[in-house]
Amino acid sequence: MFNFRNFKQFIIDTIGLMLTGSRIYYAWVGFLLLLIVIGTGAYIGQLNDGLIVTKMRDQVSWGFYIGNFTFLVGVAAAAIMLVIPAYIYDWEPIKEITILGEMLAISALIMCLGFVMVDIGRPDRFWHIMPLVGRLNWPQSMLAWDVIVLNLYLVLNYFVVTYLLFCAYTERHYVKKIVTPLVLLSIPMAVSIHTVTAYLYNGLGARPFWNSAILAPRFLASAFCSGPAILLILLQVLQKTTKLKIKDEAIFKIAELMAYTMGFNLFLTAAESFKELYSGTEHVVYFQYLLFGLKGHNTLVPYAWASIIFGFVAFILFLVPKFRTNWKLLNLGCVLIYASVYIEKGMGLIIPGLTPDALGEIYVYTPSFTEIAVAAGIFAIGFLVFTLMLKAAVPMMLGEFTMSRGRKKATEPEVEPS
Amino acid sequence: MTDSKLTSLPEPSTEASGGCGLGRREFLGVGVAAVATALTGCGTLSKEEFLQHNFQELSKEEVLSVIARLEKEYKAKYGKDVKVGTTPAMPGVIFGYALDLSRCIGCRRCVHACVKENNQSRNPEVQWIRVLQLDKEEGVNLQHAEQYYNPAEVPEEGHFYMPIQCQQCKKPPCVKVCPVGATWREKDGIVVVDYNWCIGCRYCMAACPYGARHFNWGEPNLPPDQVNTDTHYLGNRPRPKGVVEKCTFCVQRTRKGLYPACVEICPTGSRKFGNLLDKTSEIRYVLENKRVFKLKEELNTQPNFFYFYGV
Amino acid sequence: MNARLIRFAGLSLLLLALPAMAKEPPKKAEPIAQEGIQVPKPPFTEGIFPCTGCHDGKSMKVNTTRRALVDMHGDIELKHGPESRWCLDCHDANSRDNLHLASGEKVDFTASYKLCGQCHGDKFRDWREGIHGKRTGSWNGQKQYLLCVNCHNPHSPRFAALKPMPPPARPEAIQTRTGGAR
Repeated sequence: MFNFRNFKQFIIDTIGLMLTGSRIYYAWVGFLLLLIVIGTGAYIGQLNDGLIVTKMRDQVSWGFYIGNFTFLVGVAAAAIMLVIPAYIYDWEPIKEITILGEMLAISALIMCLGFVMVDIGRPDRFWHIMPLVGRLNWPQSMLAWDVIVLNLYLVLNYFVVTYLLFCAYTERHYVKKIVTPLVLLSIPMAVSIHTVTAYLYNGLGARPFWNSAILAPRFLASAFCSGPAILLILLQVLQKTTKLKIKDEAIFKIAELMAYTMGFNLFLTAAESFKELYSGTEHVVYFQYLLFGLKGHNTLVPYAWASIIFGFVAFILFLVPKFRTNWKLLNLGCVLIYASVYIEKGMGLIIPGLTPDALGEIYVYTPSFTEIAVAAGIFAIGFLVFTLMLKAAVPMMLGEFTMSRGRKKATEPEVEPS
Repeated sequence: MTDSKLTSLPEPSTEASGGCGLGRREFLGVGVAAVATALTGCGTLSKEEFLQHNFQELSKEEVLSVIARLEKEYKAKYGKDVKVGTTPAMPGVIFGYALDLSRCIGCRRCVHACVKENNQSRNPEVQWIRVLQLDKEEGVNLQHAEQYYNPAEVPEEGHFYMPIQCQQCKKPPCVKVCPVGATWREKDGIVVVDYNWCIGCRYCMAACPYGARHFNWGEPNLPPDQVNTDTHYLGNRPRPKGVVEKCTFCVQRTRKGLYPACVEICPTGSRKFGNLLDKTSEIRYVLENKRVFKLKEELNTQPNFFYFYGV
Repeated sequence: MNARLIRFAGLSLLLLALPAMAKEPPKKAEPIAQEGIQVPKPPFTEGIFPCTGCHDGKSMKVNTTRRALVDMHGDIELKHGPESRWCLDCHDANSRDNLHLASGEKVDFTASYKLCGQCHGDKFRDWREGIHGKRTGSWNGQKQYLLCVNCHNPHSPRFAALKPMPPPARPEAIQTRTGGAR
């Protein structure tokens, strides 16, 4: 049963696990901390001078921060979608990794909230957006919806991860009646966070590039490509560095599922492009700016085509069984699809949505040093959170570290799997 | 000075009492304010400012204290007695604006009169009116618009000019999307911003089809000798860094019966302003007798700002 | 509308009273009658009015021959309508301090809009309503009018080109201030 003293011990041991590790571990954490320090420094500069230190201006009022936010919402949503086959089809090989997916979702969400926080002009007024305390314009504002669903999703995942690990730690089997409904709930929640984030853009009649009915489906389709890609790489890293064993079968199955979503994603992109380019209404300018350049401004063009080509190559790599069962090609495909979606759902979504601006002006936006440094800091925070969680979670999941055995081990010299 | 302030309080909101606000305030506490001060890196954030609630929810007393605090702050900052009014909307009035495209010559007198009247930041530059130079051959095609024209004389051959500012929509998308209700449409149709409640997320800027909303990217700089001391809380009072601002039809002037500054300055008389509910007003004459259009009418934002051809 | 008629009556009353206060700046003109629409004096060239100062009918004989003016008024370039139009089509030959309508009816300089309105009836109507031309003052109360000739030189009525005020800063030029207050 739940016992406060046990939980306190769990926390202490978790922190203990996070604080001890190999040199490589320390070096990695140190590197992330360094990035965080750099990012914090840049952010303090931004607080002092205002968002003028970014390259965002009235014409392009959202940029790199919101682009990363959007992409990471996709990662957070997709991470949990691996739960679907695991629980609906009761497919054991993937079940083991759902907790990894949940931890990835938590890290991605923390980065999301971080990107929103650094993007707002008055972070001191954060409480205005807190339900009950502030004045949330709900249900009118999609941003208000987003605040609610992102935080609920964060709490939900955090609870499930903590609960599962605590159970492993105290060497008890988790109560299925608690976990299964919550995990099942997280599936529609995952869909909803990404849908709401898509609606955030989708609902703006002022921005024809975003004002498309298939924006939310495109968001989901692309998220189901990029999120699992991260997990596939991660699983291989864990297999090499820890005693965690993940069946190849599971990885190939995920790759197969990804191939379908990638195909679907390409199809949706093609559908959208066809509609805009063939009908050639006045709304075509945004697609032109993205794909071909407009009035001599073609900063986005190489990125846009890189995204399309990467996406297509990755699709082929994942589609053909011979390719996707080849580790090198599989990993190449993961990197390609990750890059493809990062461009498409980041800058490739935000910038052409705002360029040309509402009055037809073209302002060529590229992130400033501050924006890149702050973003690096936030990514470092996300990776750090993920690293620390993994560091504590993996031994607990493997049953190597429990309340009883862990205490004994604490006096012995540390044995790090890597 | 105090007289007009006292008589012009907004109607106390029905449910949001001061008591409720106080409860929330206590919950937040001073400690958070201190943290927030440290966070924003500006040492001037007072506890009162940090804890101030949305203007629409303030009681009469709270409004008074907020105004007093602001006036004190402005006095310290600019060395001038800045009057912060809270004149509410006149009953039976919905403001309308009409701009004559056949007359405007693109001289930008309005842009600069607006800046002077409304205390915009001079550097970094904030301007509420954008004047587009368009091709006569292309008509109102924004993809052919040029904002940075600077010939020796205007109008230039083959061009016409289209000033764009807040269209004061009946269905303002900016209001709909604001996550915290920091911007709303007043009873006289003016869309306003509570600069002390805006969190600076700029969602409204993405939602506005007219590019009418402007952000204080840096600390606004307003030379003390150029401050217009006749201000309105929801209008031209000096703004802080990191919030959004926009045209308010010169709420500080128009609620006193005056024309907006852009109407007063326009040398061609292209700008027409009045009460849409008054059948004898100039604006109604334009709507009934001229060829009128609304910018981006298909978006159904239903502007109360009209463009017309006077000839 | 009735209100418009009253307003117009007020305007006419005011115009009658105008010569008396012609030397005062336009904005200080006293409100007259119930509506109080005010029209400033016409923009005469300094020292040229009254015309009878020279055209007194004695030292100079009236010459009704259409011709190019050489001795005086050489600065006036007439660019208003047909080639055949000339001075005395509008200026009254016998009563030089007046203008006259096509009917021969004399009109004060302060009511020159009547003369303009003969041809530009649509503009005249719009002007009366406050649509053509500039109105300042109060949208729900007193308004100040300008005469046609305040904006349009009657001899060359095209609205004069202006030097535009500075263009906005390009987004690239909006940068963090170095130094300065806060």
